[in-house]
Order: sequence, then structure tokens, then C-alpha cells
Amino acid sequence: MTVEARVKLFNRICAGVLIAFALLWLTPLLWALDTALKPNAETTRTTWAVQDPNVQAFARILRDTDIVRWFGSSLFIATLTALGTVLTASLAAFALSRMRFRYRTLVFWFVLAGIMIPSQVLIVPQFREMDSFNLLNTFWAVSLPQIPTAVAVFIFKQFFDGLPRELQEVARLDGAGYLRIYGRIIMPLARPAVAAVVIFAFVTSWNDLLWPLLVLSNPDIMTMPVGLATVQGSFGIRYADTMASALLGAVPLVAVFLLFQRNIVEGIAGSGLKG
Amino acid sequence: MTAETAVRRTDASQTTEAPPREWGHGLPAAGFLTPFLLLYLLFIIGPALYGLTMSFFNTSAVKPGLNSFAGFGNYAEALQSSDFWSSLWHTFWFTILTTPPLIVLALVFALLADRVGRGRWFFRLAFFVPYILPSAVVALIWMWIYTPGLGLIEAALTKIGPTSPNWLGDPGWAMPSLAMTTLWWTLGFNFVLYLAGLQEIPRELYEASAMDGAGPWQQIRSITVPLLGRTTTLVAVLQVIASLKVFDQMYIMTSGGPDFATRSILQYVYDSGFTNFRIGYASAVSMLFFLVVLAVSALWFTLVRRGEKEL
Repeated sequence: MTVEARVKLFNRICAGVLIAFALLWLTPLLWALDTALKPNAETTRTTWAVQDPNVQAFARILRDTDIVRWFGSSLFIATLTALGTVLTASLAAFALSRMRFRYRTLVFWFVLAGIMIPSQVLIVPQFREMDSFNLLNTFWAVSLPQIPTAVAVFIFKQFFDGLPRELQEVARLDGAGYLRIYGRIIMPLARPAVAAVVIFAFVTSWNDLLWPLLVLSNPDIMTMPVGLATVQGSFGIRYADTMASALLGAVPLVAVFLLFQRNIVEGIAGSGLKG
Repeated sequence: MTAETAVRRTDASQTTEAPPREWGHGLPAAGFLTPFLLLYLLFIIGPALYGLTMSFFNTSAVKPGLNSFAGFGNYAEALQSSDFWSSLWHTFWFTILTTPPLIVLALVFALLADRVGRGRWFFRLAFFVPYILPSAVVALIWMWIYTPGLGLIEAALTKIGPTSPNWLGDPGWAMPSLAMTTLWWTLGFNFVLYLAGLQEIPRELYEASAMDGAGPWQQIRSITVPLLGRTTTLVAVLQVIASLKVFDQMYIMTSGGPDFATRSILQYVYDSGFTNFRIGYASAVSMLFFLVVLAVSALWFTLVRRGEKEL
């Protein structure tokens, strides 16, 4: 066999193996969809065949549970968190990257230290804090502790450091103040960093379970993960309904992913963010 | 360097006769920093110090204030408690079960995807979509897959021959089952990191080695994997830290059971503080957990770094 033929064969085998694994990875989701399309009674036979495919289970979940409300809560909290994170982190990073002041290095290290603290370590004191502020069972309780994100400051600072200084010098000669330079020049150029931080803050906030579980006990304002985790036991053996609720819970983020696939993937690759 | 550039900049602005303002003035900087620092102090640093303080007191969830001083009592109690050690061990066990496959499989899939070239969007979709799902969604789907008598895996195994264990119900199998779910859920993140790392390897290296007669396998072994060293360090450290922080899967899928076999350290904090109302004790356990995360990441980072140098 020639070298070229060998390489070709090798690449074919690679493709085959990878496709097999990709299909294996899609199986749980397809199985969930398959189950959700069956009537509840039919789910007790473990087979891919669906005799009477229908969307009754989805309709029942939308009608009988608060899933639409959870969706609203999650959307509001995640949006508030993402906007708050971008605004506070980019302002701080602008000062750290573009302005000169005493103790700048000290402030930078102080912020950086926050990356070391896993948010889960803080749940006990944060809970007491929210309790004493009378904020339990409000959107603020969920969102506020998620807004100050040291990693986001770091990402913005890295990005701002890479922008040419001349831009700012020229603007300053025109008499522009720092706020103008930040709003009109730096932020529009920082779109990739903004996209990465927005998407990650949004997804992290949307998917968070432990913290909202603690501070939201009122069913009216539960987030999607808390709602799903809370009602999961109540479906019993109605597996089609359970799968329909899981898939409905998945839809918003899958849609976000399909829309921003490129930004998400580049954002991860560039920053190595992980909840 | 800072002082020097500052001087040079002042000179530059003087020669162009711009008003010599701002540089070196702390006031506008403080304005920019305040929103972040305020929230940071209020919700991160403050609680961290408050938690540290409470860990030395018998603080209770049902009483206001710190309650009586406990010294190192909470710490001593945790270190003598078998529940603390077993939940710490479960966390480690979960980390041991998840980290190697999450690194190795992600690397293998990324290498394969890099060779195949075409249809990358499909692979990215298949491997990455699970990662963006909420833990609750993942848990619901996998609890159904593991259901005794009706689950997909059991059905598949029965067709081939072996009898299926009670995945989530058997204390010995529960943790491996949670690990398998986690592998499916989070592999996509590492996969994407590796794909990005692969793109930074110059193509010329492959062309040059191909001219020297190196086959694909040799190329992977002697070029690709060594050059991915930095990515592997990153993936490994992030993965270990993420695995140590496990909570959601256990909380929803097994509630820490059966027979507490899957109770993680974070769930122990949750149980101590919010079920038993022992806030001071829970704070002490949180601090111990924080120390463990710091120590393990430092140790792991050094180990991986050393391994990287030897390659």
C-alpha cells in the first residue's frame, strides 16, 4: 500500500470512529425525545418505535406546570446577571488597563484573588447576608452575588491591554473624557470580549442550581433548574411527561447555543472559563 | 516601568499642548472601579470573611448573631467526624472517576475531528450541546436512562448478554453512574479547548514530517500530543477543580444516597448548614473544602507542569 493510500484509509477509520461516538453522544437526547413523543403508557416498553407519536406530553407540561414562569424567572435573572457582569467588570478593567493611579497593582491582585474563591464556599455566609438584607425569595438574592466576577475583569483587562493606545491618545486630544473613551471607543472594539462574557455569565447563571435552590423557596419565582429539580419526583412513572419537561427546559439554551455557536466556542477557547 | 511611561506620556502631551490632566489622578479611576469593587466587597470578600468568622463560632440558623465562641471546636469536630471524611472521599472518588476519561476522551475526539476536517459543526454539536444543558435537565434524562427494568442501558445490555446492575440504586454503582453522566455532560468543554489547541499547531510541521516519511500515527505521537502540553495543563487543572465542586448531579439524581454513598462535600455543607441549621459548623467545613481545593489544584498544577516539561 502506498503512503497516500494508507493515510486515506487511516482518515476513513478516524471518521468512522468519531461518527460512531458522536451518535452515541446524541443518543440520550434522542431517547428523551423519543420517550416524550410516546403516550405515558407506552413508555414502559423499552423500544425506539413509537406507535402513536404525539406532542401531548409537551402540551401537558406547558399546561400543568409552572415551566413558563420558571422560564421567565431564569430569563430575567440571567439577563440581569449578564448585563451587570459586563458593565461592572468592563468599567473596572478599563480603569486597570487604561488609567494610572496609586495602588493599581494592589487593586488588580485584590481582584485576581477572587478567582481563587469557589463561589460554593460562600453559600453559607451569603445566605445569612441575604436573609439579613431581607432579600430572600427575590431575584436580587440570586443575581447580586453572581455579578462581581473576577474572571470577567481579567478577560476584559487582557482584551483592553491588546488594543492600541493611540486610539485613546487621539480621543484625548479631542478633549474626550474617560467615560467617552470607554463608551465610544474601547467598548465598541471589545465586542468579542463582551460576547464571551455575556454568554458565559448568562449560561452560568441560567444553569446554576445550588444558590437559587437556597434563596428561592417560593414556587412563583423559581428558576428553570430549581423548578425542574423540585417537581421531578412528582411525575412518578409518567416518563413521557418527565422527558417533555426536561426537553422544554433544554430548549432555551440550545437555541442560544445554535445562535451564538461561534462566539461560545471561541469564548471558551480564548479564556478557558469554567463554572 | 510605570513611572517611566508616565513621565514619557506627560512629555508627549506637553509637546502637543493638550491639557495635562487625568494621568495620575485617582478620582476618575475610583469612579470606574467603584461599581465592581462595591459588589465584590459586599458579596464576595465580605461573605468570605464573615464565613471565616462564623467558622469559629457556634452560629446557628435559628438564632440571630454569632452565638458563643467555639475556637477551633468546629474544625476539630469536622476532622473527627466520619461523615466529613466519607463525603470528602466521595468527592475525591468522583474526581478520580471523571478526570482521566474527561481528559483522554476529549483529546482523542479532538484529534479525530482534526483529522477528519469536514463536518466539524456536527461533532461540535454532538459533543458540546450536552455541556450547555442545565444540570436538572441532564439529571432527568439520565435518571430515565438508568431506570431499573425500563432504562435504555439495561435494555441494550440485556440484548448483548450481561445482567445490568441497579445503576443508581446500588451503593457500589451509584458513583460510577454519576461519573458516566458527568462524562457525557461536560466532555464538550474539554473537546472545544483541545480543538482550539490543535488549531495553533503550525501545519508546516505535519508537512515537513510527512516528507520525512512519518505516518499519521507517528505524527500524532511525536508532534501533536507533545505540542498540546499547555492545553492539557489547562484542561487538567480546570477539570480537577470542577470535579471537586460537584453537587448538582448527586443532589438531584441520588440525594447523596443510596446509604450516603454519593454524598459530596458540598452536599455535606448543605446538609449541615441548611438541614441541621449548624451554620458555624457548615462554615468550618466550607473553609476546609476551600483549603482542599487550593491544595489539590496547587499540587495537581505542579505535577502536570512537571510532566509537561519531561515530554
